[in-house]
Order: sequence, then structure tokens, then C-alpha cells
Amino acid sequence: MGHKTCLYEAHQEAGAKIVDFGGWDMPLHYGSQIEEHHCVRQRAGMFDVSHMTIVDVTGAQAREYLRYLLANDVDKLKSVGKALYSGMLNETGGVLDDLIVYRMPKDYRAVVNCATREKDLAWMRQQAESFDVEITERPEMAMIAVQGPEALSRIRQAVPEHSALIDELKVFQGLEAEDWMFCRTGYTGEDGLEVMVPAAKAPAFWKSLLEAGVEPCGLGARDTLRLEAGMNLYGSDMDESVTPLQSNMAWTVSLTDDRDFIGKQALLDQKQAGVPDKLVGLVLEARGVLRGHQKVVVDGLGEGEITSGTFSPTLGYSVALARVPAQTGAQCQVEMRKKLVPVNVVKPPFVRHGKKVYE
Amino acid sequence: MSNIPGELKYLSSHEWARLESDGETVTIGITDHAQDLLGDVVFVELPEVDAEIAAGDEAGVVESVKAASDVFSPVSGIVIAVNEDLEDAPELVNSDPYDDGWFFKVKASDLDELGSLLDAEAYAEVCQDEDH
Repeated sequence: MGHKTCLYEAHQEAGAKIVDFGGWDMPLHYGSQIEEHHCVRQRAGMFDVSHMTIVDVTGAQAREYLRYLLANDVDKLKSVGKALYSGMLNETGGVLDDLIVYRMPKDYRAVVNCATREKDLAWMRQQAESFDVEITERPEMAMIAVQGPEALSRIRQAVPEHSALIDELKVFQGLEAEDWMFCRTGYTGEDGLEVMVPAAKAPAFWKSLLEAGVEPCGLGARDTLRLEAGMNLYGSDMDESVTPLQSNMAWTVSLTDDRDFIGKQALLDQKQAGVPDKLVGLVLEARGVLRGHQKVVVDGLGEGEITSGTFSPTLGYSVALARVPAQTGAQCQVEMRKKLVPVNVVKPPFVRHGKKVYE
Repeated sequence: MSNIPGELKYLSSHEWARLESDGETVTIGITDHAQDLLGDVVFVELPEVDAEIAAGDEAGVVESVKAASDVFSPVSGIVIAVNEDLEDAPELVNSDPYDDGWFFKVKASDLDELGSLLDAEAYAEVCQDEDH
């Protein structure tokens, strides 16, 4: 048996199908993954994401440390609560993980992936040796993501004592209230909050969200939602073998200033030599479902691979992310069940706020 | 535990077969266990009407959010009907696998083939072995 979050019993009561995810017993769905997906696009759904790793970075040199550790620059965080998406790279520019870092009143808080937890913490601690910083995991915190067009109003209904703070939150900002933290972030392409809450209080919060009409959603819907939103999944769409420049993450790397960070030289070298491939969106409007690891064939340029693919419940056909040769144009083919099928190449995201957005 | 009707015959690859009252039409679909393993079904590819198929042939494909899976015919014969409702409502395979979620009907050329399929008890054992 794997690790269980403090909401495991609530999932069982709700009839969840439980699967192993990075060593955790997590809900895959509570009946229908597609209905849960629509619920988030149209109303409000909630995900137990307590398996994710919350790490506080504190100390006199927290800022200097993070400016060196991360490919994106925490100096972009001009006010308390602002959040930044960044890759954490190794010396060769490979992506060790992707994470969100929040500027806290005094220090910083990062949220990293669960499957990479041990590797991340070891790396962060190793790099911390030459800085005056402390790395503190916060396993006593649970995290619930409430997402969808009605998410904010329903959270206010569930915890009216915090509604003033919730009203104040700007997009991509997180603020603390006592021992809670409300963050206007997510992994679905909808508005909503990710709420960090002490594990002891999480089951009651979950219950009050249920009573406010928020429906529980599993990891299955989380994956189709993030893929429609064109958001990368670590371990599928990028890993240590590729750089952010090959992963549709160039926007998260600041290379132009005089700041040094781990992997910077490798990225500059790669840029000069020419980035060999890129991560793009694929769309198949005909029948069939694009899936991870299917081969992509680009006329005259060579081959690529789908890194994650799925049926898009919002669009009614299949979409995927794929790593393809850098010069790939608007068309390519995917090998599906031994046949080559033509697909369109687009720039992700596919869906935002419930609507198709790609050209 | 999934629903395994006693009156049907099964393949270990999770198709069911039902001999209809006319004594020659066999209706084919996938089992409750199969739909549960697949999750939400999003596309179903069915054989052509009038096609001749042999027992064990690939007769279609079912695609879910999770995986694509071949559908094999449990019997030989001529395809006389396919469930066109699945085109617009593939979720019928999830909600009603033994009735509204049927796949295709075959005019069987050799009813003895039904005798060599698994009965409900034997199929339940197949499912149980897979779960462990």
C-alpha cells in the first residue's frame, strides 16, 4: 500500500477508484473522468493534491539562492504573494523538475512534484550548502485545488471567514490567512484556487466544499484538463534529457540579464548551436486518440514523438503534446495502430476558460 | 465485483456473446469488467455490415480516455447490424455494456462455436485472476 493523504477516507466514501501515483494512493476518478472534466470547465471541481511537496525556502540568502537555483528569476516577483513558474535545471540544462515559487512576506515557498520529491529535496539541499538558507518541507500541510468558473464563489461559500482575502487575490498570487494559504493558481486552464491547509483541518474543508456544490475530481480529469490547457507534465513532456528550450518553456527562462543560474551556460550553448527540436501541440479532428509515445513523422525532417496525448472532452477530439524537429511546419503524421494519420500542428494551449483557443 | 450475466458466453479478451431468440443471430459487446478497466469510452470502431468474419478475428476497436483495445468476434458469420448509436454516444458502453452498449450482430454460421466459449463462471475466474 502507498502513502495516503488525509483525505483518503473522503475519497473512499465518495466511491473513488484509487490508483498508485508516485507512491501515493490517489483517486483516478469518482465514476466518470469525462463528467469530472466538464464539471471543472463549466462549474467547479476539486482535486486532492496533498501528495505534492510544499517546501519553504528561508534565510538571509533565500533570494540569492533561488536566483541561482531556478531558470526563471524570482526578482520578477515584485510584491508579496506573487507566484512564478520555473524549471529547476541541472548543469547540462536538463529539467530536474518544474515548480511554482511564491514570494512570502519574508521568504519563499515552492511547490514541487510528488514523483520527484526526493531528487528535488536532495538537489535543493546540495545547492543550499553555499548559501545562508534553510530548506524545510511542509508535510503537515494538505492541498486542495478548486477549479472552474464557479470555483471562487463556491470557496467563499465554504469558508466565508476567508472571503475578504479571496476577493483580494489577483491571478497568480497566493496569500496566507493564519495557517492557511490561498493561491490563485492551478493546473486546468480555469480560474480557481489552490488552497494549502493544515492536514487536520482539510477533511472538514473538503466537506464544506462538497456542501457548497464543488464536485470531487480525480487525477484522470486533472490530466485531460492540463493537457487541454497546454501545460506540461513533468516526466512525460519534459525531464532531465531535454532543456526548457525544447519543452515550450523558453518563456520561463531569463537569459538576457547578468544573473548566473544552474544550466545557464548549457542553454546559451544550445541556443547558439541551434535547438534541435520543439514541443508543439497536435490536433486530430478525425476519429482516434493520440497517445504518449506514438511516433510522429515529419516529411523531409525526420521523426518525433508524442509526449502526452488524450481525448479532449471539451473539443470532442484528440489533442497531444509532441516533441518534433525544430523546423516542423503546420502538418505532420502520427503512427497510430500501424497506420500513418495526418494531424495539424498548433501552438498550445488548446482550451482556456472553457473555449477552444488555438488557431 | 463486476456484473457477469449468467446467460451469456464470453471470451477471455472480455467480449460477450448472446444467442438471440431467432436461434441464429448472435449479439456481441464488451463486458462490464472491460468497460471498467477502460474507463470512459470515447470512440468505437465497428465492422462493416455484410462483412464476413471468423471467430477470433479483430472486428473493431474500442478507445477510452485510457487506452485503445481490439475487439474480437467470438463467433463466425456475416455481420448483419452494428450499433450506430455508439457513434454519437460511446458512453453507452460504460453505462449499459450488456444492452444499449452492444457492438454488432452476426448471423452465425456455426452455432457450435458458442459451446467452446467461456460460461459466466469461467469468465468470472478470468477476471478474478486479472485482479490479483
